Amino acid sequence: MIEFLQQLINGISLGAIYALIALGYTMVYGVLRFINFAHSDVFMLGAFVGYYAVKKLGVPVGGLAGGLLVLCLAMSICAIVGILIERLAYRPLRSRPTLSVLITAIGVSLLLQNLGQSVFGANPKAFPRLFPETNLHLGQLSITSNQLLVIAVSLVLLAGLHFIVHRTKTGTAMRALSFNATASSLVGINNDRIISFTFGLGSALAGAGGILYAMNYPSIDPLMGTMPGLKAFVAAVLGGVGSLPGAALGGLLIGLIETFVAGTGWSTYRDAVAFAILILILLLRPAGLLGKSRSDKV
Amino acid sequence: MVEIRNLTVAYGAVTALHKISLTVNAGEIVTLIGGNGAGKSTTLRAISGLIRPRSGKIMYQGTDVTGVPAHELVARGLSHCPEGRLVFANLTVDENLRLGAYLQRDRKRIAEELDFVLTLFPRLSERTTQLAGTLSGGEQQMLAIARALMSQPRCLLLDEPSLGIAPLLVKSIFDQIVALNRTRGLTILLVEQNANLALEISHRGYVLETGRIILSDHAAALRSNPDVQEAYLGA
Ligand SMILES: Nc1ncnc2c1ncn2[C@@H]1O[C@H](COP(=O)(O)OP(=O)(O)OP(=O)(O)O)[C@@H](O)[C@H]1O
Ligand SMILES: [Mg+2]
Repeated sequence: MIEFLQQLINGISLGAIYALIALGYTMVYGVLRFINFAHSDVFMLGAFVGYYAVKKLGVPVGGLAGGLLVLCLAMSICAIVGILIERLAYRPLRSRPTLSVLITAIGVSLLLQNLGQSVFGANPKAFPRLFPETNLHLGQLSITSNQLLVIAVSLVLLAGLHFIVHRTKTGTAMRALSFNATASSLVGINNDRIISFTFGLGSALAGAGGILYAMNYPSIDPLMGTMPGLKAFVAAVLGGVGSLPGAALGGLLIGLIETFVAGTGWSTYRDAVAFAILILILLLRPAGLLGKSRSDKV
Repeated sequence: MVEIRNLTVAYGAVTALHKISLTVNAGEIVTLIGGNGAGKSTTLRAISGLIRPRSGKIMYQGTDVTGVPAHELVARGLSHCPEGRLVFANLTVDENLRLGAYLQRDRKRIAEELDFVLTLFPRLSERTTQLAGTLSGGEQQMLAIARALMSQPRCLLLDEPSLGIAPLLVKSIFDQIVALNRTRGLTILLVEQNANLALEISHRGYVLETGRIILSDHAAALRSNPDVQEAYLGA
């Protein structure tokens, strides 16, 4: 039982990170109908922004304020990078077939990884401690404060995202655009601006995900985005690409499943399991858990 | 208000409009009639900036707006209620209507306009929290027109407002269109399969055939024209 609860908490905090990344995939898919494969590298960038904020800029960390400052910094820079990627690489291809854009996205991903290796260096770096760390003991259950922080920050970000998408004019415009780009331009929405905003929003979440991920893993490197990125992609598909609640749910499920698989004797298959799930969904329910064939997609 | 000169529009290799010219004066209701595929919707799409013409010129309120994107024309008082309605099925009726006033910042004006369109289409006021995708076809058409009005346009492009709607309702929608023209001085360019009804409320009309304007006249003259009667009025 204790073992189960322990794994549950581990799984939720991992799943929360996948959820944050998956939301970016799904939002971009909603407005542009393609998978932004460079998204996982924006996630990696978020972790490096955190690293350099502490090591080079000397942001004082170890307290709550410093940690949050680093988090905001990573989110802002990732948002800007996301907007630039769309602007420079994807927008010129707007009227081209999706396949061209997909291939470009893979190209951008490789570019970011290689730039990362040459600028940051290929060697793994120890990620600094951002927040005060303690272990909380509830009976035999041991929870790290970082795990709680990951869950809390993710919840706040999800609530913020929900607010933006459902309660603001820009969010309504995002939903309108994702339904039909012609109709949205006919009510006066500047689609390009909403697309930029969507990339910024999704990339900020990926940046936050990068920080939260790095907090719970010993080191970061320029290729670190690949695996979490792929799993978050699977999460988005599992939840139903285009559905925001779906991405959140999918992320959580993938995190839980991976953690429980790792906790059994099957731990060598922890990465493979996500892909097995992908194949299963594509075979059994291509629209995903919460995806609808057409309506209600963001 | 709208003036098109030698407009040619093509979709890839298919030329949909061949050097057409037409004028809609301020305060007029003008109807564009023509068979399927004649290029009526294409004409409206070109005016509202949804497609870039291959050649020719589009003037709106005395300025050249050729190539100006759709969302900028909305800001200048041009509103296009497109073929097939295109209501946002994933949003509520209320959200759809408010998006119609996307560029309006004045909350009071939005509220007034919302009141106005809801009195125009009372059916919608009972369904404001319903998802637009769950409305009936006729209700969706009302919503599409109401949404197009929310931007407080000076010029409205209406593409087949009667499509798939019960005759009684068509009559009431057309009455509203005339009322808007009379009370607000709204200029309207109307595309209609139901040419009889459309010409009845219009000042002038153009007949489009395979991408060319073959006839233009006062509405009454078109209605009594034997060729038009035979081809479009079912006489
Ligand atoms: N997106 C498109 N791609 C290619 N061809 C198109 C496209 N849209 C329209 N066309 C072609 O352009 C021509 C004019 O189409 P348009 O939609 O303007 O006709 P219409 O007069 O509105 O007809 P209807 O009464 O059936 O709505 C048609 O031959 C049509 O096949
Ligand atoms: Mg048409």
